[in-house]
Parts: sequence; structure tokens; C-alpha cells
Amino acid sequence: MSDEKKHVVPYRVYVIVLIALVILTLLSIGITGIELGKYTVAGALIFAIVKSFLVLTWFMHLKYDKLYIKLMVGFVFAILVVTIVVTFLDYLYR
Amino acid sequence: MQSTNVANQPNYLEYRGKYKGLLGWIFSTDHKRIGLLYLYSMLIMFSIGALLGLAMKFELLAPGKTIMDAQLYNATFTVHGVIMIFMIVIPGLPAVFGNLLLPIMIGAKDVAFPKLNLLSWWFYVAGVFLVLSALIFGQGMPDTGWTFYAPYSFKTGTNMLPAIFGAFVLGFSSILTGLNFLVTIHRLRCPGLKWTKLPLFVWTLYGTAWIQLLATPVVGITLVLVAMERMFGVGVFDPALGGDPVLYQHLFWIYSHPAVYVMILPAMGAISEIIPTFSQKHIFGYKAIIASTMAIAFVGYLVWGHHMFTAGMSGTAQYYFSLLTFIVAIPSAIKVFNWISTMYKGSINLQTPFYWAVSFIFVFMIGGLSGLVLGALATNIYVHDTAFVVAHFHYIVFGGTGFAFFAAMHYWFPKIFGRMYDTAWANTGWLVFFIGFLTLYSPMFYLGMMGMPRRYYDYLEEFHGGNILSTFGSWILATGLIIIITNLVRSARNGPKAEANPWHGKTLEWTVPSPPPLENFDEIPEIGEHDGPYNYK
Amino acid sequence: MENSSHTVVHDHYDAEASKIGMWLFIFTELLLFGMLFVIYSVYRFMNPEAFHLAAEELDTFIGAVNTIILLVSSMTIAMSTTAIQKGNKRFTLLLLVITVILGIVFLVNKYFEWKVKFDHGIFPGSEMLTQTLSQGEILFFGLYFIMTGLHALHIVIGIVFIAVVMQKVAKRKIHAQRSALLDNAGLYWHLVDIIWIFLFPLFYLLT
Repeated sequence: MSDEKKHVVPYRVYVIVLIALVILTLLSIGITGIELGKYTVAGALIFAIVKSFLVLTWFMHLKYDKLYIKLMVGFVFAILVVTIVVTFLDYLYR
Repeated sequence: MQSTNVANQPNYLEYRGKYKGLLGWIFSTDHKRIGLLYLYSMLIMFSIGALLGLAMKFELLAPGKTIMDAQLYNATFTVHGVIMIFMIVIPGLPAVFGNLLLPIMIGAKDVAFPKLNLLSWWFYVAGVFLVLSALIFGQGMPDTGWTFYAPYSFKTGTNMLPAIFGAFVLGFSSILTGLNFLVTIHRLRCPGLKWTKLPLFVWTLYGTAWIQLLATPVVGITLVLVAMERMFGVGVFDPALGGDPVLYQHLFWIYSHPAVYVMILPAMGAISEIIPTFSQKHIFGYKAIIASTMAIAFVGYLVWGHHMFTAGMSGTAQYYFSLLTFIVAIPSAIKVFNWISTMYKGSINLQTPFYWAVSFIFVFMIGGLSGLVLGALATNIYVHDTAFVVAHFHYIVFGGTGFAFFAAMHYWFPKIFGRMYDTAWANTGWLVFFIGFLTLYSPMFYLGMMGMPRRYYDYLEEFHGGNILSTFGSWILATGLIIIITNLVRSARNGPKAEANPWHGKTLEWTVPSPPPLENFDEIPEIGEHDGPYNYK
Repeated sequence: MENSSHTVVHDHYDAEASKIGMWLFIFTELLLFGMLFVIYSVYRFMNPEAFHLAAEELDTFIGAVNTIILLVSSMTIAMSTTAIQKGNKRFTLLLLVITVILGIVFLVNKYFEWKVKFDHGIFPGSEMLTQTLSQGEILFFGLYFIMTGLHALHIVIGIVFIAVVMQKVAKRKIHAQRSALLDNAGLYWHLVDIIWIFLFPLFYLLT
């Protein structure tokens, strides 16, 4: 069963994404150097989430994929988040 | 749906390919042969697990030591649990009936990744051998219970590592099967077979496959961590080093609760096939059953803490898990209403599969309702870790998955083996088994409420009568099992030849010869606009 | 039924099926590592100061270098999927070689990082760890070794996977019309990158 005509991503798209990723990495190092108290963890996580989103969307081709694959990926991350939240219902309120 | 002319294909049982004899089976990538490989392996492991169960019941015939001491009893219930859970009821219906029937039911020649399918079975066998090796070598049989709770699981001197790695490898088998079925259902449905025309058994295999895929890695990493604790003492679950044993329980049950939906969803799917066929009537509420299947699969991820109400979680967590547990019961109840409604004003055909299906509904309801007793916080305190829990899960799992497995076996037997079994013996076996089942497990509800703990080889004299009745029930059940299995094994070899559609079913597997030809179809079927899996007149 | 000379020959190349299969496998890895992150979050929540303290023992510079290395290697393997579509076999192989080399450099860095720790007596179950450090620190290092170790194992598997793909590209078994295996190797490698994207801040940056 053959696929539809494949979308060929230009090289420069990947280079641009890499530059963005490196910048975000350097920024995250900088941000966590500052004393932000309990927001440090949130800040670091936000950078990690944005970087992962870039990798998923462009490097992993999700941007050009069919909807159901994107839904599946979103669903799995949702399950992970829900699991952490529910686990913390225990630890937060002990 | 047209039937196919397959005179030029051998049937899958007789086909001889590159490999001869036994090798032609253990190297076969034919989904039907792989399904039978699972069936035969499970038959062996089930017999071992059942013997262990009988041994436990014999020990409990009288207080104090009857035939074994405490240590041996602990090992017996541990191995009984590991075998039954990881080798029988979790793979159970998907590995046997999913493999045998899924491709045919969707009009495909095989699964998406046939070689991966064979690898799944080899992993299964490897896992079995690893677990069995734990019994033979080393410092003694595992004695932690199948739940491997920390810290005992990394402190006990018994042979935990092979058992843990065995369970890990068995998990791999489960994951790969789930992966294979998901891609198969997404990509290999025949032309015209829309999602809304899929048989309900296929829908349940789909939901189950997602759970197998997403939940099993959780127990995988948890078992690896226990192994790390045993070997290196990292501290993740060791209170002496700052670890929290309750966290182990969270991780363990994040898998093991969804796992019970792996056990029950395909069982419900099989029942959803059998009831319409033997009522010769369209299933009532097809879309409601699909919705409830997916709801069970999803909500089932959110209730794991109900195994841990007395472990030391926060009050908030307890309330939350109890609430979600009651919610998840609703979709299951919906299915029971749908099945009963299907039978209403149907043209009932009283055959063996139907007896199994109806008795399934009966025992499943009892098991499910007892789950509500366990799901309510106030009552849970009294019955947690008592015989009540043992009764509950045997009703739900043995009663649910077990009865459905036998129902499916008797339903699809003519298709799989091309022969019919002796109906009188089959019905006798069913009746003896059913009576034995009720006698074995019903007393446990009472004993548990009266306070008899589980996993103890000894008990107070006041529990003696109930235990005698229960053990007696185990012998009746075993007799029933022997009748059933003997009948099936003999009939598979020498039974009268079966036709393509003895039960007048409407799903695709009944359009091909019994047994199916090697590639299932001569031509891939095409489903018309007005065709459907339950379109009875 | 005669046992005929019926042979079964199938060549159903379904790129989309392979892609779904690879994504499904990736989901299992996300859950696997995800649970380790759950454990990390719980113990961090219970031992905030100890985790801060222990994180200072790790070398942020090496961690950052390793992060950049993996990001670049993700780019190179992503570019290789374009190269194969353009029929550029040599460039494809060059990009894959660079990816592998970067992966190896990552592992070498990891080796030296761990060696430093081991030389200071910090390894799972060590006396120094269990007797002198606080419970939070013990948990931090336990998780550090397990998570970076499991991650490194996945890098090794990824390198082997890419090596196999390179061999098939060289023999033209993977080409523009049949690129699924290369695309999927890329997906796997990006997964390994994403895991490190989370490991880096959680272990190195939260001091």
C-alpha cells in the first residue's frame, strides 16, 4: 500500500530549528542561574517543554503528519500528565 | 458478504511450508498458528497454576499446617498468582483469540507485523522459562505475592531476580502484541470496513491493545527498579535510604489496575459476539458498547489507588480514587444492560457458548458488585486483605475472563479446528464447573467479612466450616475442568467435521471455511454500505 | 486438502504502518521514562534542599555540551531523511556518520562524568553515599545513575540501529521510495534527544 507523495522538508528548516533549540538551551541555563525560588523548576520545565515541542513538530515530522498521529501523541502526553497529577493528590496532601 | 472460494489454498493446520513438523509451528508467522501456540502453552501453564491453587485449597482444608508450612504456602500463592496473572489472564483472550481471529474478522490476510507476532510468542515462552527457573534454582521460591511489594521484594532472600525478569519479558510480549494489533486494526481493514462496522470483539481488542501498550512499560520500569534495589541498593523504595514503599505501590498499580481491563475487555468483546449470534438478533446499543469500551479503557487508568486505601495515602487521594472507582463501574453496567436487551425477544439458540455467556454475566455481576464494597472507603477498611478480596477478584477474573475464555473456546472451536465437540459433554462440563466455581468462591465472601485474612496458611477455628465447603468446591471445579478440556482435546482430533457457519453468525470469520485456509481469503472481501456484523433479519 | 507447493510471498511495504508502529513503540518509551520522572518529582517534592545541594555536584558545563551534541545529532539525522528523499546517497551516509559520531562523543562524556563520581565514592549502594549523605542526596544520585544510565543504554541501541540503517542505505535497500526504516531510526533518535532535554535541567540546572 503506497503512501501519498511525501513532503520533503528543506534542510534549512532543520538548521533553523536547531538554532532555536540551542538558544533555548542557553537561555534555560541562564534562567536557572537566577534565584527564582519555587519558580525555577517551573521555568526549567517550560523550556524543556518548548524544546520538546520543536523536536516533535519539526524533527519528528509531526507538523506534516496526519491528524490521528498528532492526536495519539497528545493523548499519551496527557496520560503522563494525569498520572503525575493524580500521584501528587497523595503526596501533596499527606 | 460473499463467501470465498479457496479450493487452491491448503488450510492452515495442514499447510507445509519451508519448515517441517514442529519447526513449522514454532517458526510460523501465520497468526492462526501463533494463536494455537499461545493456546497450547497456556494450557500447560494453566494446569500448573491450577494445581498450585488446588494445593492451596487443600492446605486450607483445616487450620494449622495441613500439607505445607507457612513459607511454602507463601511461595505457592506467589507462583500461583504470577502464573495466572502474567501468563494466563493478561495474554489470554488477545493472544489466543485475537491472534486466531482478528485478521479474519477485519478481512485481512494476517496481522501488520507477522514476524513481530512470532517474536511476541517467543518472548512469552522465554518469560515462562525465566519464572519457572526461579522455582528450581537459587535460594527458594519467590514468596512476596505476585504483587512484589517493596521493601520485602528486595529484602527477601528468595529467588526474586528470575521471577522479576520473567515478568519483565512477559510484559514485552504483551506490549508487542498490543502494538501489532493497533497497527493491524488501523491499516488492514478491508475495503468498506469502517470503524463503525467493526465487530465488537475487534473494538475491545483495540481498546485492550492501547492499555497493553501504555500501561505495561510502567510495571516494566518498576520491576527494573526492584531489581536495582536488590542488586545495588539505590534507595528508591527503601525507607532506610529515604525511599517510599507506597510509591512502589503507586507505580505497581498504575499498571496493574489497567491490566485488569486488559483481562476483561476482550472477554466482554467475546460475549458481545456470542449473545447476538445465539439470539439471532442485532446487538442492542452497538455504539453505546463502543463508547463504554473506550471509557473503561481510559477511566481505568485513573483508579489505581483503590488497591491502596490502607497503605497510607492522603485522605484526598483516597476520596478521589473511591469516586473514580464508582464512575468506572458505570460503563461496565451499561454493557450488561445491552447484553440482556439483545436477548429480549431474540430467537434464543441454547448451545454451550450461550450457557457460558449467560453464566458469565451472572458471575461477572457478582464480582463487579463486590468491587463496589471494596471501592467504598468505609467498607474497604474491613475487607481489605481478607478472603473477601480473593472472592472478588476470582469472581471477576476467573468468572469474567475465565468464563468468557471458555465461551469463546466453545464458540470458535469449529472454526479453529474444523471439527465439532460433543455437546452433551461440553454442557455437562459447564454445569459441573459452574457449580464448583460457586461452591469454591462464595464462602470466601462470607469468610472475608467475618475477618479471615488472605495469604495466611492458618486461620481461626470459626472459619473452618466455610473453608471445608470452599475446598470441596475446588474439587468439583477441577472435575469440571477435566471434563471440558478432555472433551475439547479429543474433539479437536476426532470430532465430526464442522461446516463454515454452524452458529449462523454474521461476522467475517464465518464466511471462510472451517478451518480457515492459509491466507484466510482467496480475495479480500469488500463490505457493502448495508453490510454489518450483526445484520440479522 | 493437498499439501501443495503453495508458497506465501508478501512484499507489502506500508510506510504508514511502519511509522505508526514506531510511534507506538516510542509511546512505550515515553511511559517508561515518564514513570522515572514521576519518581523524581515525588522525591524532589519531599527533599527540595537535598536535591538542590546534590545537583551542584554535577558539572553543568559537560551537561550543556552533551545537550548541544544531542541537539545537533538530531538535526543531522533529520536532515538525512531529506537527503534520502532527494536521492543523495552520499550525503545521507555522511549525515548518519556524523550522528553516530556525536552519539559516541556523548557516551564518552558520560563515561568520564560517571568516572569522576565513582572515583569520589559516589555510586549506587556505595558506603560514601549511604553512610555520609542525607536521604535526599542518596535518592538524587540513585535516580541520576539509573536515569542517565538507562538513557545511555538507549543511545547505544540508537547507534546500533543507525549503523544497520547505514548499511542498508549503502546497499540501496533503503532509498527514496523505501525510506521507512531510516525515518523510523530518526524518530527513535529524536526520542532519545527529548528524554535528555528533560534530564538535563532536572539534574544539572536546578541548583
